[in-house]
Order: sequence, then C-alpha cells, then structure tokens
Amino acid sequence: MSVSGQIAIAGVYEHPTRWAPQKTESQIMAECARGALEDSGLKLSDVDGLFAAGIGMGIMGVVNLAEYLNIKPDYLDGSNIGGSSFVSHVSHAAAAIHAGMCEVALILYGSTAASNAMAIGTGMGGGGRDPAGAFVGPYGMTTVGSYAMVAQSHMNTYGTTSEQLAEIAASTRRHASLNPEAKMRDLIEVEDVMASRVISSPLHLLDCCIISDGGGAIVVTSLERARDLKKPPVVILGCGEAVCHQELGTPDLLTVAAKQSGEKAFRMAGLRRDDVDFCTLYDSFTITVLVTLECLGFCKPGEGGGFVENGRIGLGGALPVNPDGGGLSSNHPGMRGIFLVIEAARQLRDSCGERQVENANIACVHGTGGVLGVAHSGATLLLGRD
Amino acid sequence: MANEIQYKAQASDWETRAYWEGCGRHELVLQRCRNCAVIQHRPRGLCVSCFSDDIEHFAASGRGTIHTFTVTNQNGLPAFRNACPYVLAYVALEEGPQLMTNIVGCDVEEVRIGMPVVVEFCDVEGDPGDGAAAVPRFRPA
Repeated sequence: MSVSGQIAIAGVYEHPTRWAPQKTESQIMAECARGALEDSGLKLSDVDGLFAAGIGMGIMGVVNLAEYLNIKPDYLDGSNIGGSSFVSHVSHAAAAIHAGMCEVALILYGSTAASNAMAIGTGMGGGGRDPAGAFVGPYGMTTVGSYAMVAQSHMNTYGTTSEQLAEIAASTRRHASLNPEAKMRDLIEVEDVMASRVISSPLHLLDCCIISDGGGAIVVTSLERARDLKKPPVVILGCGEAVCHQELGTPDLLTVAAKQSGEKAFRMAGLRRDDVDFCTLYDSFTITVLVTLECLGFCKPGEGGGFVENGRIGLGGALPVNPDGGGLSSNHPGMRGIFLVIEAARQLRDSCGERQVENANIACVHGTGGVLGVAHSGATLLLGRD
Repeated sequence: MANEIQYKAQASDWETRAYWEGCGRHELVLQRCRNCAVIQHRPRGLCVSCFSDDIEHFAASGRGTIHTFTVTNQNGLPAFRNACPYVLAYVALEEGPQLMTNIVGCDVEEVRIGMPVVVEFCDVEGDPGDGAAAVPRFRPA
C-alpha cells in the first residue's frame, strides 16, 4: 500500500533570523525543533525519528545532533542530497512511519551561511586533489556558472529571454514584500534585474538567490495521530526523488530531475497538474524555477519563458510560485529545501496573512539539490488538506 | 586583456591516468568498450553499459562544437579572480561526449553556441605520473 494519504505534517517552524553570528548551527536547529514541536503540540520526548542534513554535518552529523538535543531516537536519517534533502526527508519519514519504524519524525536544518561569509555561488574551482573532480576542477566552474550554462542553452534552444527570467525575480520579490520576515522586501521590476550586473552570463545579480542565516523544522507523523494534534494536518499525497548527472558524457542539460520525481509523485497522488493550486520550488536562480516548471509538466519544454509572464506565477495568478519570497528574496541559508515544505504547509493551513494563496488546497513542492548542469538531485512532494 | 586562468596539476588515479597522460602528450584520450563499443566519459575501470573489463583508450580528433557556455565575471578564488571575464563551456566532441572546459583565443563576446572549436593543451607544473602535465581547453577552429 502506498504512503499516499496516510502520513501528515503536524508541525512546522521557520526561524525568523536572517543573520545570527551569535548562534551555532546546532542552536538554530534546537530552536527550530522547539518551534515546530510547539506548533504541533508534541514534546521532544515524543520524537523517535531524527532527520537532518547540513553543509558542515559530517559522517556523524545526525548522531552529534541527537546528542545536542539529548534524545535517543529509534530511527536516524542523515542523508544529504543537497538543498533538496529536507524535501526527501519528508518522504523518507513518511515511508519510515508507514513501515512502523518510527512514529514522530523531526526534520531539522540550521545554518549560519551568511555570517560565516560562505561564497556559495561564486567561489569554486581549482580542484587538484580529487581525481573524479578533475574533469570540472581546472576550469573555474562556479555554481552560478553552471546554472548560467543551462540558461544559455535554454535561450539558444527555445528563444527564452533574460526579461522572462527577470519576471521570476520580480514576481518573487513582490511576494517577499508581503512577508514581514523576508530579507529583501523592496519591490523590483524586470528592468532592475536587467540593470543589475552580470555575474555569469546570462544571469544577473538579481537572477541569483540571496545568502542568509536561518533554519527550519518539520514534524511528521501518521495522519491518524496528526488529527488529534493542535493544527490541521497537511497530508502527504505523493512523493518522488530523482538524480541527473553527467551520464556517460552526454547529458541533456535541459531535462532536470523534476521530470522523473514529479511524474512519480503525481502518479502516486493520482493528481493532474491542473489540480495544483500553488508551488514552492527551489529558486537558487531564476532559471531553476523555469526549467522546474517545465519538467514538472506545468508547461511544455521550451514554454517556460511564456508561462512565467503576465503574472501567472504571482499571487492572484493561475499558479502562484514561492509566495514567501523564496530563496531569491526571503532567505537562503546554504540549503533551502526545508522552507519549501514549511511554506507549503503554512499556506495549506490558511495562515499566511497578506501573502495567502486563495483556495490553497493542493501544493506541489520541488527541491533541487546540487548543481544543474553538472549533477543534481530532485525531490517532489504533493501536499493537501485533510 | 584579462590574465589567463592559472591551471593547477590535477590528481589522477588508476581510472583517469590514461586521460591525463594523453593530455601530457597533447592528445585528447577517450575510452571505449571493446565488447559493446560504448564511449564513456569520465573514464571508469570497467564498462558500466555491459560491465565488461575490456576497455580501450583512443585519441579523439580534438574537434567539437560549443554546446553551451557562460562568460564568468565573478569568481572569488585568486586563481580565477584575475582571469575574469573568462569563458566556461561544455564542448560536444565529434565522438559524442561533452567536456567541461574553457574557451580561449577569442574575445569573450564572440563566443556562440554551435561554434566549431579545437582542443589545445596548456602545460602545467606537476609530476605526470601523479598529476596532469597539461590541461585541455578549446579555441575557435
């Protein structure tokens, strides 16, 4: 029997901080655990499954986190597939709960990426010591640069324009302006994106996500148990994971992991694309959103540029995307997948105030981890109301 | 004119040594399975298409076309900072595989997808038995 409709998100918490040089990453995670458990009405002693990933979390990361929290869970998952990890942790937690391996799963993330001055997007290359990385290492590939090559290819193949990509940044900023916790709230227009400096052609500064500190937490349990808790359950309807990589040297750079993980999630949920009321999509760069929309099947390959125009992905549009302001404007502490799930849950509970999506009944969440154009993972969730 | 990227010697291992030794001879070496004829890049110790151990290496033509590219204006690392703007690209070789590389020998503004290019080798310091003696990059054909 599928996990679809059996498991629910019972608590969520997004740390309000965007700058926390005085906190450790474990402390941010513990504060998030407190917030999400309080949101659910459960206690730390109820938690018997612990899930976490982080840029600095090594082999024993999740074990060290259990010690920090002084808990001894029955189920541990420290799998790290990049920024999408937390979206996949929700489906792993659902599978574990469904299989009876644990009952209350706590998923955590915390990071001080900004106050540690991590140059996530523009400080890579050189290599030298890793034989497997030597085919990329010498050439000064940055994270932005690899996504930029995907954007360049999309423009060349389909005629997509920088203005169309800029629409995504402007729309996301409008959403952030309605989110009191967002880091960047001043409105921008397409022209502002176009006038910002080119970091790696064709991507401008304002096509890139911000870097912040932050953290989040999610509590997952059975739908049956969630129904007795404080907040309305957010039901897991479908999930899927996928990877894209260099294959044998001939990857299709424009077909991203969302195609495979999305098809699996929609099939599991028995839903159609037009059943979805809004999306939360990993927006490391504007191009990420565009190719994700295409590969999830909301439009055909190559039609993403036209799809994002005329307010379609804005609040009040046909398919609002990232109503919290996303990584482009709200927060991006190194890995952002956890916030995609948190915002989807908050919207499905009608708790988003000014930025509330009308009639938010079905959410499509998609996390991208790693680097488009080189190797990346994708994790899709379809979430709904009870 | 910006400074060129200062390439470092790249580590090799049993699986990748033939590629880097080829670079040292200024040959672009690819790997093909003698059993199923599949070309695979990056090189591996066995063919993952048919699991045969019977792998051969051959010198590719060194010709290809630009599959996609970006002009990099910002990289915080010293080896690359002074080389900005530089062109990062995937070149699709005549033999099939796409290589990540740099495009040199023309103005960054002249680079286009589909442009025919040819390999050249930039010699670097390092022990050829341990690391790469040269790094392949491409220029307009």
